[in-house]
Amino acid sequence: MELLVIGLGHYLTLAAILFTLGVFGIFLNRKNVIVILMCIELMLLAVNINFVAFSAHLNDLTGQVFTLFILTVAAAEAAIGLAILVVLFRTRGTIAVEDVSTMKG
Amino acid sequence: METLTFSSLAPIFPELFLACSGLLLLVIGVLRGNVSTRFISWASIIALLIAITIMLGQGTEGESTAILNGMFIQNNFTTFMKFLVLSGLIATIALSIQYLYDDNIIKFEYPLLVLFAGIGMMIMVSANDMLSLYVGLELQSLSLYVLAAIKRDNVRSAESGMKYFVLGAISSGMLLFGISLIYGFTGSTNFEIIGTTLANELSLGAVIGFVFILAALAFKISAVPFHMWTPDVYEGAPTSVTTLFALVPKVAAFALIIRLLFIPFAALSDQWFEIMWFLSMASMTVGAFAALRQTNIKRLMAYSSIGNVGYALIGIVAGGEAGIASVLVYLALYMVMTAGVFGIILSMRRDGHGVENISDLSGLSQNSPWLAYTLALLMFSMSGIPPLAGFFSKFIVFEAAIQSGLYFLAVFGVLTSVVGAYYYLRVIKVMFFDEPVEKFDARTELPRKIIVGLSLAVVVLFILNPSPLIDISALAVSDLF
Repeated sequence: MELLVIGLGHYLTLAAILFTLGVFGIFLNRKNVIVILMCIELMLLAVNINFVAFSAHLNDLTGQVFTLFILTVAAAEAAIGLAILVVLFRTRGTIAVEDVSTMKG
Repeated sequence: METLTFSSLAPIFPELFLACSGLLLLVIGVLRGNVSTRFISWASIIALLIAITIMLGQGTEGESTAILNGMFIQNNFTTFMKFLVLSGLIATIALSIQYLYDDNIIKFEYPLLVLFAGIGMMIMVSANDMLSLYVGLELQSLSLYVLAAIKRDNVRSAESGMKYFVLGAISSGMLLFGISLIYGFTGSTNFEIIGTTLANELSLGAVIGFVFILAALAFKISAVPFHMWTPDVYEGAPTSVTTLFALVPKVAAFALIIRLLFIPFAALSDQWFEIMWFLSMASMTVGAFAALRQTNIKRLMAYSSIGNVGYALIGIVAGGEAGIASVLVYLALYMVMTAGVFGIILSMRRDGHGVENISDLSGLSQNSPWLAYTLALLMFSMSGIPPLAGFFSKFIVFEAAIQSGLYFLAVFGVLTSVVGAYYYLRVIKVMFFDEPVEKFDARTELPRKIIVGLSLAVVVLFILNPSPLIDISALAVSDLF
């Protein structure tokens, strides 16, 4: 039986699927803001897969360096997101997405 | 690898200086607590002034200097844009100090976050590599998310911070996805290398990546259809933060877009021409029509800024040195006018509370004539009535469009600015012809008076000598091509 070789295309497809899942998760989710934060993380990790796959394919280290930067910034971003979430919860007493709409127009 | 010497870092000195003074002031703030807010605000203004001096003292001779292995670039274009960014930041902090005390946001982090956002914007302007672009953009965005939510006991501030954060995070996700594709299909993250690779061979993957990057940046300048966050964030954030949003980040994002379109993605000009054309037209339309039914003046200014982004984009679509120079003139004058308008919005306070409805301006001409006449002149200028500065900025952009044969876009721009004139003039009508309501609190500190006065002086006197600004922007643009 011939072994399936996992190539660049497979990694890119996986990353594209994960990225799309992240984007859809943000827009379809009507329940909880924390799920939105998880979806954002999913998008960034999908991008990391892309970078590492390209980096290995091109035999060039820049992509992996970029990944480390993304991981670092994503951590900072998650911290700020959670901090804003805490502020929101303290003022509103809820973190349901539907309730976040005092402003319209 | 080039060897790193201290003197070779000269182009990045302003940023380094600001970063060091920001960290030092942070330590002072932590040690002395929130009582030092006023001191730290003034110290930040002084640091920004010193950064301008360092930057202008270096004086570029029309040469681009790339340092740090091509990560960071300095030339007349970046110097011009950074000058706009830094003066915008100085104006914002100067306008904010009194507001922070009036509205009880006495936090020493406030001016420091503005400072760090400024460093991020300066790196964005000077970025010559996708990596420095990303780091600069995130430094800016993360500081701005926190600033939007800084009034922690206020529901609307927290909510606007959350909305800005979520949509901003989506846009940086799209930016990264685009960058990863560009990296994969060109094999580099350096702007120049991407440019030459794409000029030789255009792959579909690179085009898709480019579209992702452009969508993310359209979000940053709030071009339609990526503008959904703007009205909510402008309305919900504390007014001093709204001032910052209105003045500075868009200038930096415009600088970034211009550099991206004309250096790495110059080969894709057929593709981006259509996209920018659409963004420009959609922004002008939405900016003009959605503003018509607004009652909140901060929301009105949000839609006004969306419309103005549309006009500035006309210059990019027109392209060439004349087109880009017109964008720079437009951005500079827009910044000056907006600083004046927000100086007055910040002064709209009654019984110690900020009010922000247009109806609150009723009969202002009788209660405080100075305020009313200043705002009236600024509004006339925003709507593009000659001989005020706003007329020239629009005129220059439309002229560039006509010269590039974009007749439809120019005519459309004139039509939407006629629609836009309605809501600017409505503010004037409310101030001068409606029944007076209660007076505003009279107290206004000197820094705010100076900024509004300067803005008014430029708006009125620009006609006397428009050539310096036009010449300087032409000089700045000549480095770009």
